[in-house]
Amino acid sequence: MSIVTVQLGQCGNQIGREVFNAICSDVHGTHGLCSKKENESYRDACKERFFCEEETEVPVARAVLVDMEPKVISQTLSMAARSGYWKYDDRSRFCQKQGSGNNWANGYSVHGPRHKEVIMNLVQKEAEKCDRLGGFFTIMSMAGGTGSGLGAFVTQCLRDAFPTSFILNHVIWPYGTGEVIVQNYNSVLTLSHLYQSSDAILVHENDVIHKICSQLMNIKQISFRDVNQVIAHQLGSVFQPTYTAEGGLHYSRNPLGDLMETLVPHPEFKMLGLRNIPQMPENSLAYSTFSWPGLIKHLRQMLIANAKMEEGIDWQVQPPSRLLPPLQPFPNRPLHFNTSIANLVILRGKDTHGVDLGSFQDPSLYTSWLNPRDAFNAWKTPRAFNKYEKSASLVSNSQFLLKPLDNVVGKAWNMFASKAYIHQYTKFGIEEEDFLDSFTALEQVISSYTIL
Amino acid sequence: GQCGNQVGCRFWDLALREHAAVNKKGIYDEALSSFFRNVDTRSGGDGPDIYKGKICSLKARALLIDMEEGVVNEILQGPLRDLFDSKQLITDVSGSGNNWAVGHKLYGYQYRENIVEKLRKTAEHCDCLQCFFIIHSMGGGTGSGLGTFVLNVLEDEFPEVYRFVTSVYPSGEDDVITSPYNSVLAMKELNEHADCVLPIENESLFDIVNKIHQMISSGKLGSTVKQNSLVTSSAGSARTVQEKPFDAMNNIVANLLLNLTSSARFEGSLNMDLNEISMNLVPFPRLHYLVSSLTPLYTLADVNVPSRRLDQMFSDAFSRDHQLIQADPKHSLYLACALLVRGNVQVSDLRRNIERLKPSLHFVSWNQEGWKTGLCSVPPVGHSHSLLALANNTCVKPTFTELKDRFMKLYKKKAHLHHYLHIDGMEQSCFSEAISSLSDLIEEYNELDATKGGPRTDPSRLEIAI
Repeated sequence: MSIVTVQLGQCGNQIGREVFNAICSDVHGTHGLCSKKENESYRDACKERFFCEEETEVPVARAVLVDMEPKVISQTLSMAARSGYWKYDDRSRFCQKQGSGNNWANGYSVHGPRHKEVIMNLVQKEAEKCDRLGGFFTIMSMAGGTGSGLGAFVTQCLRDAFPTSFILNHVIWPYGTGEVIVQNYNSVLTLSHLYQSSDAILVHENDVIHKICSQLMNIKQISFRDVNQVIAHQLGSVFQPTYTAEGGLHYSRNPLGDLMETLVPHPEFKMLGLRNIPQMPENSLAYSTFSWPGLIKHLRQMLIANAKMEEGIDWQVQPPSRLLPPLQPFPNRPLHFNTSIANLVILRGKDTHGVDLGSFQDPSLYTSWLNPRDAFNAWKTPRAFNKYEKSASLVSNSQFLLKPLDNVVGKAWNMFASKAYIHQYTKFGIEEEDFLDSFTALEQVISSYTIL
Repeated sequence: GQCGNQVGCRFWDLALREHAAVNKKGIYDEALSSFFRNVDTRSGGDGPDIYKGKICSLKARALLIDMEEGVVNEILQGPLRDLFDSKQLITDVSGSGNNWAVGHKLYGYQYRENIVEKLRKTAEHCDCLQCFFIIHSMGGGTGSGLGTFVLNVLEDEFPEVYRFVTSVYPSGEDDVITSPYNSVLAMKELNEHADCVLPIENESLFDIVNKIHQMISSGKLGSTVKQNSLVTSSAGSARTVQEKPFDAMNNIVANLLLNLTSSARFEGSLNMDLNEISMNLVPFPRLHYLVSSLTPLYTLADVNVPSRRLDQMFSDAFSRDHQLIQADPKHSLYLACALLVRGNVQVSDLRRNIERLKPSLHFVSWNQEGWKTGLCSVPPVGHSHSLLALANNTCVKPTFTELKDRFMKLYKKKAHLHHYLHIDGMEQSCFSEAISSLSDLIEEYNELDATKGGPRTDPSRLEIAI
């Protein structure tokens, strides 16, 4: 089954390109560390998922590029074509000239309706190119105007036009100290709207990835390209082919469906966080070896202690004791113990069979209303990813994003109380009541995740 | 007016220089099309627009308006003459006599139709019109009076298009006695009809020019400064004759406009368009006055720039002597701040400097992390990187209060009022309304200042019943 990617706004398009790049270079890489047959299966599964094979040319990404200004899409298309390994379909793009001005209302209420038909036609075309449509993957930032506002509108349209398809929104959380002054407003409006139409929201935080770049990748002058490449690596580690059942004979063909099934048991809980280890500069890879027990141990502690990367993990944090009645809120439960609803671990590379993942099935990690057997799943493949001999990813529906969400809502509320910038939104049809609805919706989500 | 056209002339000259530095193949591209049309003049006269391919003849997307002919004529005889054609000019002979009423009421009424028609023509040549820039001075008659009349027309005829105004404010020692009247009358129009105003004070431009002269003539750095990197320089542009007295100062303003629009014209990893500037920096409709600063003022010729110097660029952006008005943003209250970086600067440099400088700046309680950032890959001519800082900061207040004081000094004695009142359409109420508008604006800034340093109580959040 194939995934159609919708790249929205500057961020969405810049990241989208890096994702296809990462996937393509992984497939063409010679560090698969597995049999030729395995490699071919992997490559075929990947191609089916993400690319459309043209007869003599390079594979074409299954993607629709949308932006309200032309410069980024031009750049994205030409950089892809220059790689020589893959490209975009030149016709699968839509752009305007004037941008959205970082204004969610402009993206949602003006550009959305105005360009709905053209954009949905492009999506329809891509969907028709798929033998079987596995769902939609949208990439956008929350901070600006196009990715956020138009992105929320397009997601709604996708839901209306494809009621039975899976929709996964990949959303970029902006730097806390600001890239856009009204980013908190835009974020609140985006998340509350996505919650209604999306199946799951997979989040990457710029601050976190930035730290990974500086502390783990040792990059001195970090550019957005560096940040995007780390994000692309992490996404690739989730979406490249895997076997979803132990002893499975074929690579899974329904990645989005499988993801939703394992991670989103209840529509109130849709926020997914992503961790991937190890992460290091490419030239260090040859000198490093890892053991699965070590990686699993680190990943589990990252989950429990809500660590954003494999350095600086707080090993003091432990799951609450099982001696207490399970439904009572644990009085001494450390506030930073991260309770999960569901977790998915993905292992790629050497010797993945037989890796002990029992520690992830510990019931004390999870909220009480799900059977831990159902709450945890593992996907594997012996095929190494992106030159990492061993790579472990965790996709988690847990309290990972509770604090960031609370922060964003808090800051937005603080600004809303003074009514600052509201006139910019009402100018395009988003009123104070719309803001209040969004705040209410998100406070509800925060509350639900808090009492896990 | 005179000021507007002289600054404008420098702007077009430096814009050509900037595009020439980037556009080596002479192809008419998107970047050029933001400011210039490409016209086929082979058949003589004004041919059709050419949208792609080689550059044939560039025409500025501009309207030059002056009620006396001297300045515009000079432009039309100078090296930039081919950039403009007669359909882009509106001139008269006698000038406005430094009288806002003459500019606004008399010439406004007389030339309205002509202005509207010419504006429509220039707009038709654009496939997506986003923004109007008005360049004028506040103290005279044409730029101030007719300029703000045009502002009104723009709002009426093109309500969806942003109106950015670059206004040169008169200094205390301005030799035009009635400049306070003209300025305050114009302020009311700016308050009500502009989306964003970038006030500029001649004193600040003058100080910057002096600073550079001193630095060069002190001999310490003189030989190693790249001439074309000076924010005051016309080096490498079309202006080959001896520079005029105001050229250096006007070049600064021209560079301001170039940097402001750089991210809209050229690519970068985090684009910042003009409508984003208005969106992020104007929290309340009337508080749309932005203090600007440009750094660096020059580049040394050595190629390796350690990050220390990069950080110095950020520090300078917040220092009093880099601001284009007499103001000290560091000691006043920020409502919002935008940083547009050009050249070889990455997001980590931005983040590092914001973290470093934040503690010493005061932000309003509801916008503690109020930063808008943009990264444009193409640096200005002669530089490897540069920074434009735009601040919505209460430090504009002194400019306005001094203006008000100077106005009241004249108004109390009714000095020169008759020159204004005998113009058709002018009444005493025009003056009282204008000063009232200015006073209200000052009061809004006062209220904000009063919150500075006060205790911070965040409003309580919504409670959800579980």
